[in-house]
Amino acid sequence: MQFMLLFSRQGKLRLQKWYVPLSDKEKKKITRELVQTVLARKPKMCSFLEWRDLKIVYKRYASLYFCCAIEDQDNELITLEIIHRYVELLDKYFGSVCELDIIFNFEKAYFILDEFLLGGEAQETSKKNVLKAIEQADLLQEVRRLCFLKAFRGQKHFAEQYS
Amino acid sequence: MPAVSKGDGMRGLAVFISDIRNCKSKEAEIKRINKELANIRSKFKGDKALDGYSKKKYVCKLLFIFLLGHDIDFGHMEAVNLLSSNKYTEKQIGYLFISVLVNSNSELIRLINNAIKNDLSSRNPTFMCLALHCIANVGSREMAEAFAGEIPRILVAGDTMDSVKQSAALCLLRLYKTSPDLVLMGEWTSRVVHLLNDQHMGVVTAAISLITCLSQKNPDEFKTCVSLAVSRLSRIVSSASTDLQDYTYYFVPAPWLSCKLLRLLQCYPPPEDGAVKGRLVECLETILNKAQEPPKSKKVQHSNAKNAILFEAISLIIHYDSEPNLLVRACNQLGQFLQHRETNLRYLALESMCTLASSEFSHEAVKTHIETVINALKTERDVSVRQRAADLLYAMCDRSNAKQIVAEMLSYLETADYSIREEMVLKVAILAEKYAVDYSWYVDTILNLIRIAGDYVSEEVWYRVIQIVINRDDVQGYAAKTVFEALQAPACHENMVKVGGYILGEFGNLIAGDPRSSPLVQFNLLHSKFHLCSVPTRALLLSAYIKFINLFPETKSTIQEVLRSDSQIRNSDVELQQRAVEYLKLSSIASTDVLATVLEEMPPFPERESSILAKLKKKKGPGAVSVNELEEGKREGGELNGGGERGGDSSAIAASNASTPSPSADLLGLRAGPPVTAAAPSAGSLLVDVFSEAGINDDGFLRDLEPTTESSDSLLAEGPGDSDSAPPSVVSEDPTPLPESDELLNKFVCKNNGVLFENQLLQIGIKSEYRQNLGRIYLFYGNKTSVQFVTFTTTVTCPGELQSQLNVQSKPVEPLIEGGAQVQQVINIECLTDFSDAPLLNIKFRYGGALQNLTLKLPVTINKFFQPTEMASHDFFQRWKQLSQPQQEAQKIFKASHAMDTEVLKAKLLGLGMALLENVDPNPENFVCAGVIQSKAQQVGSLLRLEPNAQAQSGEQMYRLTVRSSKDTVSKRLCELLAEQF
Repeated sequence: MQFMLLFSRQGKLRLQKWYVPLSDKEKKKITRELVQTVLARKPKMCSFLEWRDLKIVYKRYASLYFCCAIEDQDNELITLEIIHRYVELLDKYFGSVCELDIIFNFEKAYFILDEFLLGGEAQETSKKNVLKAIEQADLLQEVRRLCFLKAFRGQKHFAEQYS
Repeated sequence: MPAVSKGDGMRGLAVFISDIRNCKSKEAEIKRINKELANIRSKFKGDKALDGYSKKKYVCKLLFIFLLGHDIDFGHMEAVNLLSSNKYTEKQIGYLFISVLVNSNSELIRLINNAIKNDLSSRNPTFMCLALHCIANVGSREMAEAFAGEIPRILVAGDTMDSVKQSAALCLLRLYKTSPDLVLMGEWTSRVVHLLNDQHMGVVTAAISLITCLSQKNPDEFKTCVSLAVSRLSRIVSSASTDLQDYTYYFVPAPWLSCKLLRLLQCYPPPEDGAVKGRLVECLETILNKAQEPPKSKKVQHSNAKNAILFEAISLIIHYDSEPNLLVRACNQLGQFLQHRETNLRYLALESMCTLASSEFSHEAVKTHIETVINALKTERDVSVRQRAADLLYAMCDRSNAKQIVAEMLSYLETADYSIREEMVLKVAILAEKYAVDYSWYVDTILNLIRIAGDYVSEEVWYRVIQIVINRDDVQGYAAKTVFEALQAPACHENMVKVGGYILGEFGNLIAGDPRSSPLVQFNLLHSKFHLCSVPTRALLLSAYIKFINLFPETKSTIQEVLRSDSQIRNSDVELQQRAVEYLKLSSIASTDVLATVLEEMPPFPERESSILAKLKKKKGPGAVSVNELEEGKREGGELNGGGERGGDSSAIAASNASTPSPSADLLGLRAGPPVTAAAPSAGSLLVDVFSEAGINDDGFLRDLEPTTESSDSLLAEGPGDSDSAPPSVVSEDPTPLPESDELLNKFVCKNNGVLFENQLLQIGIKSEYRQNLGRIYLFYGNKTSVQFVTFTTTVTCPGELQSQLNVQSKPVEPLIEGGAQVQQVINIECLTDFSDAPLLNIKFRYGGALQNLTLKLPVTINKFFQPTEMASHDFFQRWKQLSQPQQEAQKIFKASHAMDTEVLKAKLLGLGMALLENVDPNPENFVCAGVIQSKAQQVGSLLRLEPNAQAQSGEQMYRLTVRSSKDTVSKRLCELLAEQF
């Protein structure tokens, strides 16, 4: 995988992970172009498209688009399930994850992604093992409850998209 | 699991984020951010030392600001400080910041690497993982230098925790991708391969990505992975859906690992060991069987995971291309998907079938789905799916269904999305040509193409139709009639006017008997379009008009009147004006005989690979997305291929060279050679003669045409003796070339253009074109200083026996080159017979009083006179055998001096000038080429075989090069030249 982008329906970038070296300028250009392309697509369209010499695999969960760029020989369907597994991980960690969780805890979203994918390849596909790694890390830190966060709730959860 | 209790509660951060979210405008957001940046800056600069928590919070805020898209120019140091914190979360934020905002500040890199080193040796697995993640995320060369040696050790050590192994494997993969030279597996290879046997599925999942990448580059070293992968796959495929516990995903056992195993196997040919192969075939059959079983879950995740494995298995089956039974089963399975309700599956089935179509075993099976695919092209709502359908139709097309497929593609074009039109046009054009049985169908198709999608018809397409019409006299009358009819349309595309102008100019006489298309009618029809056309098309039409004067003397006065009109003869465009003036003169002065000779029908074009195909290949190639980029790509490709550059000087010469009927110049400028050269051997040589005759008859005429004759004078066809200047190549002593001149010569074996030489004073650029046994070199001498060069002279000599092998003529060059200026020199070359040495170029000039004297080798090598020869496998080997005398073969085994990149190798071989033959050598890694060297005395057929060995026993990358040709000296010389190229 060359990169993964998460963006909202309004086109706001929520997470970006690059597995190939690119300049900031290129990253911004790619992001702009792809967000535009993907948002322009209709709901029933297929989840794959050719873009430059890459294949784009994307899926929408509630208000967020998850979008991966893979290379020619890579498998589209398994990439789609990479996205889904990542959503599951976020959901399990945050408990009914929604876009706000990712906005306010963006660093956690990155940490979870790093446990799951490294260098653009699946590192650990077991949900249990990934969460274990994250929780171990959480145990190592001083616990300060973030009580007001849930006050932002009311957003649609990704999990509703599960079916 | 409790809902978010685990936030480490950076309250300040949350408040800041919600402030940003509440900003109503971009300005407000920027204001809030600037306020925050000022705050953080003052905190970092303040006298009070910050505690770890605050530092973490501020670094995290900076990160957030950066991710919003704003620039961050401070905080790096604080982030680096966090790396050495003992608190996990502080360290973690520090690493995240570094990963996202790496800075090539060398001081910082040293500090970061230090912190990483400490964490790697901490033996604390969570710290080790963080450090490895950081290396994998940054993946810079500096990090590879620092850690590429250490990580393999961590990966294979017996006491490394599983999670650390996983990170180490992928970290190494990333470093290998950025700096393959620094990651040396060597002694670890076998232990890395054996990670495929690891008990921990996560370790296998991570390690296999690394192994796959390494296997692609060093297949021999890693080939033991095949049997391990097969047995691992077999265990997974045969396991019950619950056996693998958490590695089962929606009732599918280990889908990611299965896909990666199947992918790894695609790096190798089918296993030779019968037992392994049997087991693998069994796995593949099981996967195909499972696809037919009812789903264990209705969830899309279940079917996706299952089908992901299925598609990967099908890719492997296609890769092996040796099991007809599996191929046909795969095809049937994909056939079912073609009508699946899931768009994704339809898309993938179309994509996968494209590759199946090219296998001889499944081509027929794919063809049975033609109606479904045509239907998809018509009814799919998603353009990306339609694109796949069009690709598949193209792939499954053969002589039996070409008419149907081309017709469907044409009708689709009328409504096709703009994004895919150009590619569709190319495909239709290629299919029409490839499978044309009768050429009237071909002409109809292309004209339809122009009518329907004229804007998307690139030059290559209409050049090609003209080439074909000119080369086949059975279709010329039909073409003239059809194009005449097409031009009747009130609004017709400019490309149609171009084709029409050209074809009627050449073959209008074939339909002139019909009063409805009498010469004047034809002319008026063409001329009615004239004012709507762009300058190049008008120029083409003017040439068509002069051809009309020759074909139909009765149109002469009408056309002369048109040429004489102010809008032509005083046209502000120089090219149009010049054509009008010259054609008018030509038509009024030259006798009918002269006219008939000058304006004779174009001779047939040499057969060559369709330039359209080349264009499509480029289009499909990486990065080629927009038309502009394509054009650029074409130009670059052209240079490497040996010459065809349409821009710059050569086209300028072509433009001023009005004496060559210039539509031909346009046409020939395709790919094989620039316009001037291309037109030379036939039309050009005639023209030169004609003008010298005209000169006798009428001095004024010749004087008028002075600038023109000069440029036509430089045509290759001109006999190398009648240059008006004394041949400057008569020099008594042979100067000694610079020591590096051989190296410089080698640079130009596979390319024709570039910088030949450069020092502090002088830069010499070179551009060269070759055709048959003739060549022309343009040298550009650039004065790099601000002081003029005086008494600048150059001489070209042929040392020793080269004198009788090459005929070299150079024009004298300006003796004075101003500071910063450039002068050009043209050198014409004729190859009399094969040769081994290179001509010497001696340059003398004075710079600030000091005499400069240097001698170079002019990069004229025997391969420049190659004509590529396409042939099928059978013919190739037959000829190979015919050249079996020991002296006819030359062979060299040598170390690779560049990376073995297939595309680069191909480009070089193409640049060599021979035809690169596909599907000839049984081993797809090998390259074979064929070509004929053209010299005046004889033609020398040559065959070449290049066998790369990426992993020779010595561990070096080696090549074996074998050249056979009908002449021993040629084999030997080619072998020497080429051994320096790879």
